[in-house]
Amino acid sequence: MTQFMGYARPDKSVGVRNHLLVLAPIDCSFEPAKKIAAQVDGAVAITQYHGCGSDPVIVNNLVGTALNPNVAAVLILGLGCESLTVNNVADGVKPSGKPVETLVIQQEGGTLKTKEKAVRILQRWAQQTAEYKPEPFPVSKLILAVECGGSDATSGLAANPAVGVACDKLIDEGGTVIFSEPQEMIGTQHILARRAVNKKVAADVYKMIDQDEERLKAIGIDSRWMSAGNIDGGLTTIEEKSLGAIRKGGTRPIQGVLQNNWERFDRPTHPGLWLQDGTGWDVPSVTHMVAAGAQVVCFTSGQGSTTGHAIAPVIKITGNPVTYQQMEDNMDINAGTILDGSESLNNVGQHIYQTIIDTANGKKTKAEALGYRDYIVFCRSRAAEHMLGHC
Amino acid sequence: MVATRYNYLEARDPNRLVMVKKAIQIDEKDNVATSTSEVEMGENLEVISPNGVVILKPKVVEPIPFGHKLAIKTIKKGENIVKYGEVIGVATQPIKSGAWVNTHNVGSARMPTSGKEAEIL
Repeated sequence: MTQFMGYARPDKSVGVRNHLLVLAPIDCSFEPAKKIAAQVDGAVAITQYHGCGSDPVIVNNLVGTALNPNVAAVLILGLGCESLTVNNVADGVKPSGKPVETLVIQQEGGTLKTKEKAVRILQRWAQQTAEYKPEPFPVSKLILAVECGGSDATSGLAANPAVGVACDKLIDEGGTVIFSEPQEMIGTQHILARRAVNKKVAADVYKMIDQDEERLKAIGIDSRWMSAGNIDGGLTTIEEKSLGAIRKGGTRPIQGVLQNNWERFDRPTHPGLWLQDGTGWDVPSVTHMVAAGAQVVCFTSGQGSTTGHAIAPVIKITGNPVTYQQMEDNMDINAGTILDGSESLNNVGQHIYQTIIDTANGKKTKAEALGYRDYIVFCRSRAAEHMLGHC
Repeated sequence: MVATRYNYLEARDPNRLVMVKKAIQIDEKDNVATSTSEVEMGENLEVISPNGVVILKPKVVEPIPFGHKLAIKTIKKGENIVKYGEVIGVATQPIKSGAWVNTHNVGSARMPTSGKEAEIL
């Protein structure tokens, strides 16, 4: 079985990075949070932009991010008058046993006094975590998230199937894979449901994708029709179009649908392939899979993408060799070699698998090296979901 | 030649005298392959398996645009079209090996969704 070098956390999870998270539960404290994080090596600041109400979806995703094993320690920085308090987040993180501290700007007497305390805490953690020694772990401790964005005709032909080969191998070795973007699964409900491990999971697959069809229908879009451009591009049916997207998750049985709503926030309970109910918007989609525990991300893009993530390495793969040439600063892997027959699909898949392991072992992705720290929490309109009868 | 996103095969290797164009079989169960360049009638074409093996050199009987599919087996009317190892549609007429496959000879086999779970399970 493949192994990787990771950092053991008190809750038995394994991180592949040692980020110090400066978490602003509300945007009011985000500017000071960014200045504080900028002072300390390895610190990164995040927030969300859905107001200061204590919405469970927002709290769960922030807590999930802080619980992700790539985070070594968490400093939660609030303003003071918000309903979504520092303790709402801290209470969710403390049971993990990782270091957590909270600071509230209104109580500290302004941002400068807060900053001095905050930087001292982070400085101490930065020195401590630098001494953490990575240890070998089996890949059963690894969760990979897969995402696609900026697709083109090469995505379904080269990059997605090659990432799918890597996903199958990771799962066969005992690992876990999550993929999301239910809008891209429309038309393949029956195929994904057939791959479900039981009838309940099959019903969950239908429900997740059907609900996304209903959301589109509510704004006048019939998602089952193929556009003339799709057909001119060589896609014959909606099944084919969606299969090109879902192939990035590989072909293994589906263990369950991870919910991310007002009632539940799920994480994978055992290895294998999982779907997550989520959004087709790239950065939030990645954010939610990382909040569910993914330590590494594979991101396919035909046209090229710059995406990174606050706390997880994002490996970017293109199936378009010209995109690779033109955007080599941003794309990690060229799967376009499949197109001229110079490399086989399976060989490129093996190469991606090895890159996942190397990245877990500490190899920096291009987005990491360039300091890209994308982070967005997405939340559906609760009113609209009520009106559609989804909650 | 200036490299654009869709002439990359030519742009990659402009000095290559004889270039055999490729079509990719994504899953070993597939009865169609996807062309990675524009293929003219009568041109040489190699179909590559997921393991990189040339499994067929079909007679190209009509032009195949970039990103479009061709049959790599003779397909009967009513037979499933398989790509990604899954059924993507049904042949609405007989399709010869090497022929172009698109909406003119394939229809969707897509099932309606809501309320039809019982049929699948």
